[in-house]
This record gives sequence, structure tokens and C-alpha cells, in this order.
Amino acid sequence: MAVLDLRRKLAILSDAAKYDASCASSGAQKRNSLDGKGVGSTEGMGICHAYAPDGRCISLLKILLTNFCIYDCAYCINRVSSNTARARFSVKEVVDLTLNFYKRNYIEGLFLSSGVIRTGDYTMEEMVRVAKSLRLDHDFRGYIHLKLIPEASPELATEAGLYADRVSINIELPRDDSLKTLAPEKDVTDIKRAMGRMRLAIEDKAEPARKAGRRTFARSQSTQLIVGADEAKDGDILTRSANLYGAYRLSRVYYSAFSPIPDASHRLPLTRPPLLREHRLYQADWLMRFYGFERPEIVDEGEDLDLSVDPKTGWALKNRAKFPVDIQTADRETLLRVPGLGAKAVERVLAARKISRLTLDDLRRVGAVVKRAKAFVVTADWTPGALTDHDALKAALVQPQQLSLF
Amino acid sequence: MRVARLESEIDLAGWRSAARSLRAEGVEPRAVIWTVERELFDLAQPSPVAAANFTVPAAFLELAEQVILHRAADRFALLYRILWRLEREPRLIDNPADADMARARDMAKAVSRAAHKMKAFVRFRLIEGAARETYAAWFEPAHRVTEAVAPFFVRRFTAMDWTILTPDACVAWDGERLMVSEGADPADAPSEDAQEELWRTYYASIFNPARLNPKQMRQEMPKRYWRNLPEAALIPELIATAQDRAAAMVAAPTRAPSDRVLKAALRHAREASYGQGAPTTSEEVEAGVQVCRRCDLWRDATQGVPGEGPRPAPLMFVGEQPGDQEDLAGRPFVGPAGQVFDKALAEAGVSRDQAFVTNAVKHFKHEVRGKRRIHQTPDRGEVTACRWWLDAERRIVRPRVIVMLGATAALGVVGKPTPIGANRGKALQLPDQAQGVVTYHPSFLLRVPDADTKAKAYAEFVEDLRMAGKLAGLI
Ligand code: SF4
Repeated sequence: MAVLDLRRKLAILSDAAKYDASCASSGAQKRNSLDGKGVGSTEGMGICHAYAPDGRCISLLKILLTNFCIYDCAYCINRVSSNTARARFSVKEVVDLTLNFYKRNYIEGLFLSSGVIRTGDYTMEEMVRVAKSLRLDHDFRGYIHLKLIPEASPELATEAGLYADRVSINIELPRDDSLKTLAPEKDVTDIKRAMGRMRLAIEDKAEPARKAGRRTFARSQSTQLIVGADEAKDGDILTRSANLYGAYRLSRVYYSAFSPIPDASHRLPLTRPPLLREHRLYQADWLMRFYGFERPEIVDEGEDLDLSVDPKTGWALKNRAKFPVDIQTADRETLLRVPGLGAKAVERVLAARKISRLTLDDLRRVGAVVKRAKAFVVTADWTPGALTDHDALKAALVQPQQLSLF
Repeated sequence: MRVARLESEIDLAGWRSAARSLRAEGVEPRAVIWTVERELFDLAQPSPVAAANFTVPAAFLELAEQVILHRAADRFALLYRILWRLEREPRLIDNPADADMARARDMAKAVSRAAHKMKAFVRFRLIEGAARETYAAWFEPAHRVTEAVAPFFVRRFTAMDWTILTPDACVAWDGERLMVSEGADPADAPSEDAQEELWRTYYASIFNPARLNPKQMRQEMPKRYWRNLPEAALIPELIATAQDRAAAMVAAPTRAPSDRVLKAALRHAREASYGQGAPTTSEEVEAGVQVCRRCDLWRDATQGVPGEGPRPAPLMFVGEQPGDQEDLAGRPFVGPAGQVFDKALAEAGVSRDQAFVTNAVKHFKHEVRGKRRIHQTPDRGEVTACRWWLDAERRIVRPRVIVMLGATAALGVVGKPTPIGANRGKALQLPDQAQGVVTYHPSFLLRVPDADTKAKAYAEFVEDLRMAGKLAGLI
């Protein structure tokens, strides 16, 4: 095989990594290099160093160690039966690229994933070597995210946790039966068991490490679900997410609109990615994590989300009897459920109303989207009257430009 | 009119002392002109003597630190107006809906965004041939945040030497000290770095043409920064060719699945039916519960949790079902209930190593509420479905005594409802020649609210375990 130059390898192995939605570099333990050794820092909040023309943040060097793979998952460009160009980095090449990019302030760190070569253990071992070399040989203090190979041995997963800030295992398909048809060699129980072990390891190891002031164990794990490659409805997807959050304390579930891939398998839809659907799922996920909504309030199993309005507005329209609420007196939980009022705006409302009776203008100044909130609130100078129950309300709240996301 | 003259565009100390004097003298906001220029006016300066003591909320100073870095010309006046109003309206600072406060907050937000973008968009270039590793960058911040952001780069790149040149000010770090100097010219910065070619390669490859969304990109990476981002030069072409690339992918002919795929699918179909014959070894049970689909509980659980312990064993304990921790670890009785169980067992004088421990149902039944998984009792259908595995375990372990911990366990072992209250304390005869003992489930003991009742139930529990130990000939 011809030896590829570094640039060509980078092109192939970052191209192959672009379907993974995860890019965040937040949630790391705070570190810096003030003691004069090593390089890098993390300050809890991630930094996006660039944005790609697809609008997504570039925060990490997101690459595959190799895109050779022994498996044949239909949704994956790297599956063994695909005709894609192949390449493989050496451990040193990845380490050098990471450091060189990091020192020029292009990235926050590394997100390393890989096709499975030889065995799960062999592949995982190579990935751990990259992280280990960065941390131990170069005292690298930036962010490291490793994607675990579910069937690799628990010891290797634990070792990965020693060097990574976050680990993830992708579930990919929301429904177990589709996993079976589209990724026949993957076993959902393997994936769940690996996540289960990781949650226990994070809980066991993080606490003592923090107390001893050592580099802590990985802080969190995440996963990705592909949307639109199988028949799963939004309600099923969100049920899966709720279970994943509850069972494994995941910090994030990423939703990745299934996108056509070159040389696609005939078992998959070749349509444009359902970006708006992905967006609505993120909104619904957000409501579950930060706004106290339970999945059944948002959408039923076997049902899809309404694409024409955001899920909070959708909920409010279905629950008009709970509105309008008085901005001056409603409690926090109720305010969080008002369309157009984000968490920050709610905090400001709570502060400002202690001082004066709030008007619609005040609402605007605290950062609320008044156009959306109007029908659902009473303020000092406004009551919606019959507007809340008006038939045409939904039509008024639909934002037609959102359909042009693509 | 009074003129307050500041040392520099970001002279917060100067602004504070001027504002302190002006307010002490009672000079109204609209009677002050704030300037940084030397020659512009020569009206009376605020007198330094009148600096009376008064206090302001800490939040105001924090806000001022940010606002002063904004490029808007009216920032000094706005801050002074808020300061002035604070005397009469002390709660102003807590009112996010006030117009002045909202404007100040917007400025602070713009400044913090500019600081954030500076952390993101500075691109260092290596200075070739320097003794220590040395980098330099040219950057044009949206607001005057250079000095404020410099410590971030110190924390991150302590061991390197670096300089950031901007039109307002330059900051340089030599491994020990941070130096600030006058603004510079782009020509003073190095013009290239070999890594930029690789970085551009990465930038072009990591983006998915099927998801083109330049509007979102521009919102997060405003054009004003593009000039100094080496990768930004690629953007027009990437956008222009994206539609065609995506269309080509959709139009490309699809291929039939390979033989390998078909074979794997067949293999899975075979493995899914776990066979007609009942399992006869623990290994079969262990593997079997992992792929069991006899009831729906497997779906939301992590894994099946088979029993563990010696085989054969004189004593077998049957609990209800795995809990949260058991479900994650894949082992029975490791959570809080397992601890109560271990403690009571030790008090009864029985060692856990001598007994086989399992559950009536092998998968964790629960409901997700927020971020918690709340235990739910398996229903009769599930318990009956899972008896397939429990019966197999009973045949493999051949216990002399089976202890049923709680009603669900009793249902699983006996096959019909067997109330605990009426049956505990005595040995029941089971059809397979084993003797049965029913008692509480350890997690019931954890939930008894009243301390006396709890102590009594716990004592009874230990007593039951001791009886079982005796029946099994272990004590
Ligand atoms: S609980 Fe029992 S019967 Fe139900 S799926 Fe699990 S092992 Fe099978």
C-alpha cells in the first residue's frame, strides 16, 4: 500500500469523523499550566475555535485513529463494505498534531474515535496510548475525549477514564430492532453494559481522586443517536434519551440527523438530513434536562414532535387552560414553562419583580421573546384576553423562516 | 459643564476617582463631559479633595469593569448615570428591567463576547529559530479586551513565549512576566506558519456539505474576524461546492449488502431464539438472561443479572429484582439493600460465600423520573416469565433451603402469592424437596419510617436468616 502523507491522512480521517455530532469541550476539571510545566488549560467552559460552513462549532481536533473497520454498520461510512479511501495514523502522529494545533490556539484538545481493527481490545489499546502519551510524555492539560469501543475489556475502559475528560459510547440507533438490522454485529447489551460500568467507575473513582488532589478520573460520558436512519419516532427517541440520562447519568445525548454518506448502503434513506427534526429534538431534550419537563408531557411514544413550533410552545398550546400566568406572581417552575421565557429571563423576572410591577417592555429588556410569550402572560400593562384561546394562535406562532434551515 | 479626563480608553481607576469626586460635589450626570483626549477642552477638572466616602454594590463595580472595555463613546457617562441614580434608587442594581441597566448589561455582554472570541480566534504563528519556543499573533478584538484576556493565555501557555499584537495594545509573555505596550501594526506580526496548511485541511474536511448552514456560521464567527483566520479563506469555495457534493452523494448508485452482512444477520436471528431446552449450567443461564426476551423488562435495563454463588449450595437466597446499582454492575445484591443483607447475614452467623444469591426477576424494572430511576415492583406476568431462569438456577444449585426475601420472591419461588406476615418464622415444604423460608426484603427494612418498628423488623429478619442457616445445616 502506498504511504500516505500526513496531510492526506488528516483529510481522510477527519472527513470520516465528521458524522459524530459531539464536539463540546465543556465540563472538564479546571486545569492550567501555571506551574510552568506542560501545556494547556481548561476552564470548565469550552471554547469554539472556529465554525464550519455547516454552522457547527470546531472546538476539538476530531479525528479517527483509523477508518479501517471490521464491522458493517449500514449507517457508517467506514463499514467494511464501503469503498471509501482508508488511512491509519500512528500514535505519534496524533499526539504531534494535537500538540501543534493546540499551541497555535486552533483547538481545545482532542476527540479521538476509531474504526475497529483486529479486535476491540487492540483498537482501544491504541487509543489509550495516544491519550497516555499526551498526558504523561507531554504533560498535556487540554481536553481529551475518547470514544470507547463497547466490546473492549472493562480494564481498558477504566484506563481510558484515567486520561480522558469525557468518554462516550455511541448507541447510534434509537431502536434496538433497527440496531439489529442496520448494525448486525453490534449488541445493544454490550453498549449498555459498558455505559453502566463507566457510570460506576466515574462515581467510584472521581470522588477519591478529587479528594487526593490528583488528576481526576473522566468527569462524564455522553452518547449519540442518529435521527432519521430508522423508523423510530421522536417520542421513542426521547424515551431512549430519558432512560439513558436516568440510567447512566450521561451529560449529553447528541442527536445527529442522518446524513447521506458517499457510497451509502442501499438499506438507508438517501434523503437530505432532517435538520429541523434534529433541532426540535435538542429543544425537547433541553426541556427535559433544564426545565423540569417529563418526556410524556412533550410527546407520546410512537409520535413525532410537531416541527412547526418549538416543543415548549407546542406544550403551551396543548395546555392553554394553564395560561395566562401572571408574571408578577407565578412561581419559577410555572414561568419556566412560558414560551419565549428562557431560564436566564426567568431569573431576571424573579429579581426585577421584587422592585416593580413588570410591563411587556420590561419583559423584553430581561431577554424574553415577547412575541411568543404575549399570548401566555399577564403583565402590569397587558392581558391577553381571548388571545390565549384563539384558534389562530398557533398559526401566529409558527415561524416560517425556520423551515429554511437547510 | 465639567470635563473629566481619563488616562486611557480603559482607565477604570481614573473613572472611579473622577466619578467619586463628581458625585460628592453633586454634579449631575448631564453636566459632565467624559474624555480621553488631552487638548479637547480645558474646563474645570473635578477637584480631588471632594472625594467623599460612599459605598456602591459590588455588582456595580463588576459591571463597570466590563462596560468600560466597550467601544461605545457613551460608556463613561452611562456608568456615571447609574452611579448617580444608585444614591436615590439603591435597588436599581437589582432591577434587570431598567433601561439603563439593560443597556449596561448589553454592553457588558458584548464585551464578554468579544473576550470570548479573542480566546477562540487568536491564531499563533511559530517564530522560527527562536531559542525558546516562541509564538506571535495579530488580532483585532471587537472591544478593548486585550489586557483583560491576556491572563487566560498565560494560564494556558505558561511554558511558551508569546506575543499578541492588536491595534489597541500588545501583550507579551516571556515565561515569567506579562508586558503590556502600545498598539501595533499588522505588519509587525509573522506572516505564516507551516501548520496552517494542515489546519486548513482539517477545516475543509470536518464539515459536512449535506448540512450547509452559512448563516449559523456567520452568526458565531462574524465576518469581522475572518481576515485574521487562516481557514476563513476557504469558506466561499466550500459553500459554493457544498450543494453539488451533497447532491452527488444522494445520486450515487447504492450497493447491495455484502455476503458478510447477510451471514451476520442470519447468525443473529438464530441466536435470538434461545432454544427450547431449559438451561442446565450456570453459564447457559448467564448467557441466556442477556439475550432473554421472555418479557419486556430487558428493554430499558442495562443487562440481565443472573444469580451468583457456589453450585451446589445448601442455601439459596431469592430477592425481588436487581436495583439501580445491580443493573449497572451486573451482580446481585451490591446496592444499599445488599449492604443491609450482608450485615444481617453476618449477625445471623451465616457467611455469604456459602449461599447462592439471586433474584426472582433478572432485569431491573423501573421508571425514569428526571435523572433518577425509580424501582417498580415486577408484575405477576413478569415474575412468571422469569421463573424459567429461576427454576433453572434452582435445579443447578440444588439448595436444601430457599429463603424468599419479600413477596415478589415468594411469588417467584412458590408460584402463587404467599403473604410474608402469615408465613414468616416457619419452614415451608416446597415441591422440589427444599424447605422454604419467607421473610422481609432488605430494602423494606430500609424504608420502615418508625425507628422502633424498624428495629423490631430487623431483629425478626436476622432471626429468620438464622433459622434458615440452621435448617441448611450451616450453623
Ligand atoms: S426479566 Fe426475566 S423474563 Fe424478563 S427479559 Fe429479563 S430475564 Fe427475561
